[in-house]
Amino acid sequence: MQYSEKVMDHFQHPRNMGEMEEASGVGTVGNAKCGDIMRMYLDIDENEIIREAKFKTFGCGAAVATSSMATELVKGKTVREALEVTNKAVMEALDGLPPVKVHCSLLAEEAIHAALWDYAEKHGIVIEGLARPVNDISEHEEAAEEEY
Amino acid sequence: MEKTKMIYLDNAATTRCKPEVVEAMLPYFTEQYGNASAVYEFASNMKEPIRKARETIAESLGAKPEEIYFTSCGTEADNWALKAAAEAYQDKGNHIITTKIEHHAILHTGEYLEKRGFEVTYLDVDEFGRVDLDVLKAAIRPTTILISVMFANNEIGTIEPVKEIGAIAKERGILFHTDAVQAYGHVPIQVDEMNIDMLSASGHKINAPKGVGFLYIRKGVKIGSFIHGGAQERRRRAGTENIPYIVGLAKAAGMHQDSMGKDMEEVTALRDYLIDRVLTEIPYVRLNGHRTKRLPNNANFCFQFIEGESLLIMLDMAGICGASGSACTSGSLDPSHVLLAIGLPHEIAHGSLRLTLSDETTKEDIDYVVDQLKEIVARLRDMSPLYEDFMREKKER
Repeated sequence: MQYSEKVMDHFQHPRNMGEMEEASGVGTVGNAKCGDIMRMYLDIDENEIIREAKFKTFGCGAAVATSSMATELVKGKTVREALEVTNKAVMEALDGLPPVKVHCSLLAEEAIHAALWDYAEKHGIVIEGLARPVNDISEHEEAAEEEY
Repeated sequence: MEKTKMIYLDNAATTRCKPEVVEAMLPYFTEQYGNASAVYEFASNMKEPIRKARETIAESLGAKPEEIYFTSCGTEADNWALKAAAEAYQDKGNHIITTKIEHHAILHTGEYLEKRGFEVTYLDVDEFGRVDLDVLKAAIRPTTILISVMFANNEIGTIEPVKEIGAIAKERGILFHTDAVQAYGHVPIQVDEMNIDMLSASGHKINAPKGVGFLYIRKGVKIGSFIHGGAQERRRRAGTENIPYIVGLAKAAGMHQDSMGKDMEEVTALRDYLIDRVLTEIPYVRLNGHRTKRLPNNANFCFQFIEGESLLIMLDMAGICGASGSACTSGSLDPSHVLLAIGLPHEIAHGSLRLTLSDETTKEDIDYVVDQLKEIVARLRDMSPLYEDFMREKKER
């Protein structure tokens, strides 16, 4: 396998793997058809600081490792700082990825954005510079459904 | 993690050379290294081992020695059979029939021929990967010149109804080629009884080295050369004979022929033990391919909610070598074309695992593999958002 030691370490010992009850924001990105789905949970305090991050991932070794690293990188950061955790930052922190696996790091970035998007929606706030990720497949609550 | 042992269950990818095979080859590197085309005795003596090797191979198929042509590999044999047959019979027609589950050596050659004016039908297969004979008959046109259907599939191990296909081809006067790379040496093949006109095989799938294979061409099939040059192989396949490898191939073929009955029985029993344990002890798993009409050494599963590459890495860390048809291991975005052709949705196909046994595999190996597999699958499912959603929905129901 052409993975770096860091990637292998995060794959074998994923950090922050699991679910989170009552997360401030949850985002799911990816596509089962393509073989990658990442779900990120964020616990964000009143000062907009990410206290806790958790993930679950269906995918290859790189998908697991990038999710794991992404949770590590956003923990303790403010919402605004978390937006700066780009796919490049995730890749660099993992000592690089094989070229065919770069999309996994993009998915990790999108997972962060999807969770933040969910947080912003739930709290009725706008996070400057944040757009809903293309691959966001989170089931957002439909207001119409609640009327019944 | 320190690997304490290795259990090799990827024998469909390649096999270990038998020590007897290597031993048979060795003299032809440093002692009897002459070029069989030369005149002096030292070199002309080299014709004898080639003749013997050809005879052994021919015997294993019920063929004549002059119908066996040594090649560099199975892929070359496939390329030769398809391209040369298309060229030789183009006056008769331009239509070729093959299947959606062939090896890329056939599929990509088919695509190449399509670009050069040939029409290729890629037959659908049933849920087990078997060609439906009525579908095949319906695909035949007056212009059909060649049918190429693999003897057994390399991923899911399904054995095709080759004899029946051969009979249909013969009746209609159409050439029949079979890619027997996975089947040769593992299950009985008789070219006359099965009406096979051309057959490709490879050495390294039967404990001979990589870099040697052969094409059987029935006498009377008028295909031309693929590799042009000298007069070797009855002027049909140029290139100095790779004598040590040809000797190794024949040695391995002979050994497989001698032990086929015993191997089939023992390996099939172990394979069934593996399949039974996996299907009963791991939930949300399916067996791909046919339960009985499959290669003795092949087991192929799909584990729901997990992805093949992570499964392979974790198995590797436990010292187990396997293969998967997931996109991540195929180098493309799509999972295996074979798993899609048998009707699996992408997300299921991504979680495939192929384990292929050998005569060296023991029951202890299988027990260790299944025990590891149970833990690894559970661990990956624990990480999977798909499993999380599935379990939540199940609870709510």
